[in-house]
Amino acid sequence: MSSREVRSIGVAGWGRTLGAAVISLIYFFPVLFIILAAFKTRADVLAWPIKFVFTPTLSNFVSVFFRVAVEGGQAEATGFGLYFFNSLFIGGSSVLLALIIGTSAAYGFSRFPLRGNDTYLFMILTTRMMPPIIAIIPIFVLFNIFGLSGTYVGIIALYTAFNLPFSIWMVKSFFDDLDRDIEDAARMDGSSEWRVFRKVCLPQIYAGLAATFVFAIILTWNEFVFALLLTGTQTRTVPVQIVRAIGGAMGADWGLLSALETLFIIPVVLVTFALQNQLLRGVTFGTIRR
Amino acid sequence: MTPRTETPPATFTPGRTRPSARGFLGWVMAPQRRGPLLIAPAIATLVVVNIFPLMWSYGLSFFHYNAKRIAVPPHWRGFGNYVDLLSDSDVWGRFQNTAVIVIGSVAVQLVVGFLLALLFSREFPLRRYLLMLVLAPMMLSLSAVGVFFKLFYEPTLGFIPRLVQEFTGQPFVILDTPVKANVAIICADAWMWSPFVMLLVLAGLVSVPKYLYEAAEIDRASAWRRFRTITFPYIRSLLLLALLFRTIETFKIFDVPYVLTEGGPGTSTETISVYLFRVAFNYFQTGRASALGYIVLFGVIVLTSLYLYAIQVRRETEGPSR
Repeated sequence: MSSREVRSIGVAGWGRTLGAAVISLIYFFPVLFIILAAFKTRADVLAWPIKFVFTPTLSNFVSVFFRVAVEGGQAEATGFGLYFFNSLFIGGSSVLLALIIGTSAAYGFSRFPLRGNDTYLFMILTTRMMPPIIAIIPIFVLFNIFGLSGTYVGIIALYTAFNLPFSIWMVKSFFDDLDRDIEDAARMDGSSEWRVFRKVCLPQIYAGLAATFVFAIILTWNEFVFALLLTGTQTRTVPVQIVRAIGGAMGADWGLLSALETLFIIPVVLVTFALQNQLLRGVTFGTIRR
Repeated sequence: MTPRTETPPATFTPGRTRPSARGFLGWVMAPQRRGPLLIAPAIATLVVVNIFPLMWSYGLSFFHYNAKRIAVPPHWRGFGNYVDLLSDSDVWGRFQNTAVIVIGSVAVQLVVGFLLALLFSREFPLRRYLLMLVLAPMMLSLSAVGVFFKLFYEPTLGFIPRLVQEFTGQPFVILDTPVKANVAIICADAWMWSPFVMLLVLAGLVSVPKYLYEAAEIDRASAWRRFRTITFPYIRSLLLLALLFRTIETFKIFDVPYVLTEGGPGTSTETISVYLFRVAFNYFQTGRASALGYIVLFGVIVLTSLYLYAIQVRRETEGPSR
């Protein structure tokens, strides 16, 4: 797999780099525009033609978190500190839970297949492929009955289930890729099944687990519909508040909105770069490997 | 790829032989129950948070019910909700809107994704960094992209209307007619997901063995022939997978129209998911929404089966190495 020589990937020179750079920058332009706008003053944001050279300012980033409501008044927190914390906290805990449960299931599906293994896997995939709106109608009703609406417990439980199918498929694909002979050798040497799992299989897929973790965090960080309907004022996540913000007073301030978007997307863009080699597996649910 | 169906026999593990536990715990921990035991927590979670609510809504789909008035008992309608929905021209209109966006967007994604893949199918300096710029849109939040494009399309200050005005001299409003609004949504969605197609096609392109091209060179095969007989067979199955996967995902499109156009002008960009959302959470016709949900779910299950079938065929024809 890794030997480049057998691959047909040819080598092109700096000419191709130039062409690719132009096209990539055009493709990336919408993101670039937002990032640039985040550092512009109010006048610069609206200037035409678009300013690429300007004196950068950080005031937009400050006003994401603190804003002066009345002219000359006291600066007040906008609540975005809380929303960013919520996004991280809810995402982190639900993904961690999903990964623990998912790794166990993935190991089971991969090493101890049941009768009807593929049927279970298909059902699990379907729960993730289905439109989230279908599941959310009854969940909305149940959450209201049990008083889970707007609580951390409710949304974390929901996101755990939301991330579980993805985690199972992804981690299973990493377990499937391992060389079974190593495990059999460990068994020959007298390792218990637990030791085989813990000391032989698991260490080989640490990188894969990390990739799965980061992927699932991104999916949860970006999630909108569940958060829109099932979080309250204290548990609201960033995407919901961004969409609310365009409707409100912040909506007119493009620099502020851009700063908000920048804070929201920059982590994702950076992480995407780190994940590049696992991206294919991640976006296709582990159904296609590289 | 073929999973081993049996664990190694017990004689295989001579090491630490634990005294076999008796009673319930011993029964649970028996080797033949390892698979079920490992899977149980996942299945339990999915049953509680996913399957049970789904069953609930399946039941609700036969009732007249309002989630806002929990005290009012549901009123049995039989297949009434389904009959109403399937004979409602509004519903068919929403399916049509969705189809327009699916066909338009997936077609653009396939073409743009394929061209981008060709561009990146060679190794060149800085390739990794430029690839990141192109792949980034795919990982962004759908709702954030909706907000982006809302700013770009803004009639007086957005840069796209301004750019068009530079050339035509006329003010240009994007979201005012159904056709332009649909094109606007397709652009936003295709921008975001073309990198996905690129990623799949690229995986096919780099997996073609080099010796095939060398042999073709000796045979002096034309560029078109090389593409048709060597390259294309390697990417055909991946293109099909991309087509199916993107069709499933675009069929469910919600965030972008919800944020960008809110279904307007009129209902011309109201996709089935946005409509479903409105029926469920604006009009609170919970029973009707559940029934519609099941109609949509049926479509998704059919498409998902096709997708998995395509993966299976791909594995069988192209070997387990990938």
